[in-house]
Amino acid sequence: MSEIENMKDAGNVELLSFRISDQEYSVDIMSVREIRSWTKATPLPHSPTYVKGVINLRGTVLPIIDLSARLGLEKEEQSERDVIIVVQLMGQTVGLLVDAVIDILAVPQSEMQSPPEIGNDAGPSFVSALTLVDGRMIRLLDLQAVMPSIEAQVA
Amino acid sequence: MTSPDPMAEIKASFFIECEELLESLQDGLEALSNGETDSETINVVFRAVHSIKGGAGAFGLDQLVEFAHTYETVLDSIRSGDLAVDPNIMRVLFQAGDILSDLVRLSRDGEVIEPSLTQDTYKALQDIVGETSDGDSGADDDIDFQPMGLALDLDFADDAKSVFTVMFKPSSELFESGNEPLHLLKALSELGEATVACDTKELPVVDELDFETGYLQWTIRLETEADKSAIEEVFEFVDGLCQLTITEGEDLPATDLPEIEEDETPEPQAVTPVAAVATSAQQATAPAPGQPTAAPRATVRVDLERVDRLVNLVGELVINQAMLSQSISAIGVQPSSEVSSGLEEFMRLTRDIQDSVMMIRAQPIKSLFQRMSRIVREASADVGKTVRFVTEGEGTEIDKTVIERLSDPLTHMIRNAVDHGLEKGDARRANGKPEEGIVKLSAAHRSGRVVIEISDDGAGINRPRVHQIAVEKGLIAPDTQLTDTEIDNLLFAPGFSTASEISNLSGRGVGMDVVRSAIQALGGRISISSTPGAGTSFTISLPLTLAVLDGMVVHVAGEAMVVPLNSIAETLALTTKELEQLGSNKFLVRIRDQFVPLLDLGVELGYRAPLDRYEGAVVLLISQEDGSRAALVVDSIQDQRQVVIKGLEESYGRVPGVAAATILGDGQIALILDPTDIITNASGRVSSDDTLFDLAG
Repeated sequence: MSEIENMKDAGNVELLSFRISDQEYSVDIMSVREIRSWTKATPLPHSPTYVKGVINLRGTVLPIIDLSARLGLEKEEQSERDVIIVVQLMGQTVGLLVDAVIDILAVPQSEMQSPPEIGNDAGPSFVSALTLVDGRMIRLLDLQAVMPSIEAQVA
Repeated sequence: MTSPDPMAEIKASFFIECEELLESLQDGLEALSNGETDSETINVVFRAVHSIKGGAGAFGLDQLVEFAHTYETVLDSIRSGDLAVDPNIMRVLFQAGDILSDLVRLSRDGEVIEPSLTQDTYKALQDIVGETSDGDSGADDDIDFQPMGLALDLDFADDAKSVFTVMFKPSSELFESGNEPLHLLKALSELGEATVACDTKELPVVDELDFETGYLQWTIRLETEADKSAIEEVFEFVDGLCQLTITEGEDLPATDLPEIEEDETPEPQAVTPVAAVATSAQQATAPAPGQPTAAPRATVRVDLERVDRLVNLVGELVINQAMLSQSISAIGVQPSSEVSSGLEEFMRLTRDIQDSVMMIRAQPIKSLFQRMSRIVREASADVGKTVRFVTEGEGTEIDKTVIERLSDPLTHMIRNAVDHGLEKGDARRANGKPEEGIVKLSAAHRSGRVVIEISDDGAGINRPRVHQIAVEKGLIAPDTQLTDTEIDNLLFAPGFSTASEISNLSGRGVGMDVVRSAIQALGGRISISSTPGAGTSFTISLPLTLAVLDGMVVHVAGEAMVVPLNSIAETLALTTKELEQLGSNKFLVRIRDQFVPLLDLGVELGYRAPLDRYEGAVVLLISQEDGSRAALVVDSIQDQRQVVIKGLEESYGRVPGVAAATILGDGQIALILDPTDIITNASGRVSSDDTLFDLAG
């Protein structure tokens, strides 16, 4: 405990890392609410392909985002071993469907690098930072960009 | 001491009280205008205004006090019989009531009150008083009414301080009514330099202490620039709930008090009863004449958020119970076993709890009707028509949210009824009708729904004109033959407005289509009926609550979903002879020689490709009050049940064709469909002729 505190004081960020089609991504652990096993989602009509649908999270309706589809990655076979990471950002709660959760990492702020610009790629970037842990590249997910935008409902 | 700012809390409760007082004021005025001029009715009106004035004075809301005071003076003349109620005075009284509620609202929201708001009515009130009491508007020698200062910080010519001795002995009713001596003492000490002494001689030993009785009395020596009325004002709320003597000078009141402990802080707070229920005989004091203590009503004010939480929890309970019964039946328990009968009992209790909780949210529709009565008064004055507003079934209870969200559509419809529905006075006379038009608003419970009817005795819908406008606006083809009902329903078509000249009143860019969608958003239906020369009536039918919905659980492409029961007219299995093909890939269903478009729900929702053949398919015939009809193809129908509505918009956003979500017995989320939305946005609809299907009744 005290060790973690110390590390925090030293300007560390704690990340929850997970795997999506052989790539290792992570989110700030402070935005993670819980991790749950895969349950069948109810599909929403006319929704983007990366919106898997909604599930029942203890009585509330939780939208599920298929991260591999969102990031444009090849999806492995849908399996029972998939995991939903429930994250909350600015009052909005969504579930992120990932292949597996890997680890909790404490990374010094100083070791976080901005992703290099590649050519004049204007596509949406879902990665806000990169870092190396034990020689593996960990991508920090830009949650804001991943979230589906809630349409303002016109009454 | 319990909260950081007790004044703010008191103020908040004052404004809540004001709402109730304004309501009884309206009631009283209605009764008065119906000729019930007995003293009790007048007293009710008078007391309401008086209490608002009193409270406003305590919070230094000067404009409110000033207006209420003039209002009160007029009412007092009526009460004393100096002034007879005539329609003109009645009109001013109503107007003043409206202004008063505006003032209360503005004061509550801390907004600036423009003098122009009150000016006219204020003057009208003063004119009335002037007629009867020769300009002597302020004076008032009724025993039970004490004129008082308008503000706490009045600047008197003699700013010499005077000394008052106040003897204050609260009775148990004071605590019962939720008053707190400490606040009064605090308010008093704000007037000047106060020395508070508490007399504890009646305080029994702890063993004999009845916690619901007040034993304490206070003597306050107050050195202040304010006058006696300002002190009385402090105690205005507890008038009749305590023994109070205010004497000028150092002398102690006649009540002989033994040695008084000089103590700045009212230390005996610890034993101050917070709420007293029993009234002990010795403590009962005679209420001041003319200021009857309101009979305690068995109500409790609860934060709406708490109620909503309870409603949500009960929703969870219902879902859990459904899941439990599903898993119990899955493990094959005998129906006659104890588990099964216990579960049945559990289900019954759950349903009872659910009904009771829903009832908490229900409120009488009266407040809404009162608001509408104001709309009628204002609208009729604007267009120069005399209108009598008749209401029925004000006690009908309906969900609070429904009441709130009904306000706008109803306002619009009431305005319409006054502006377009009723003819002008001379036209009415020419048609042999009384000049005074009638707008009627009624509410009633009918088979699990609330039915609200807005009707007028005007000219009815001018159908040739409606038809002509619809043609002009391109809503229908010129040669279209429509039945009367179909023409009436054109009023709900988007972009339709009959007023040839846009009056100030209606024609604000809001049409009946907006009204209709507002009603539909509440799970309601609206229909129209009209008889030429006899009037028009709109019928709105609403669910009792927004938290649950009666739905039909259906399966489409492997997904369970819920279709609101109120939109389903019938269900049928298609036979070859009912199915008619239109073009290459569209189908119509012939139902009693009428054609209804066939929509495949699975295709419309994007779940699957169209079926090869629709013979034998199960369809739901959707028929909305707005006339939109369609036959929706589903794979199978599971059952009918009540489902708990879960919002989808907060967590995800609006989904086309989907109204909300619910959780079924297996814990899975099922979508609640919005048939109107599906039909309107259906891909099956391309040809312009289809407009007819939308409007046809």
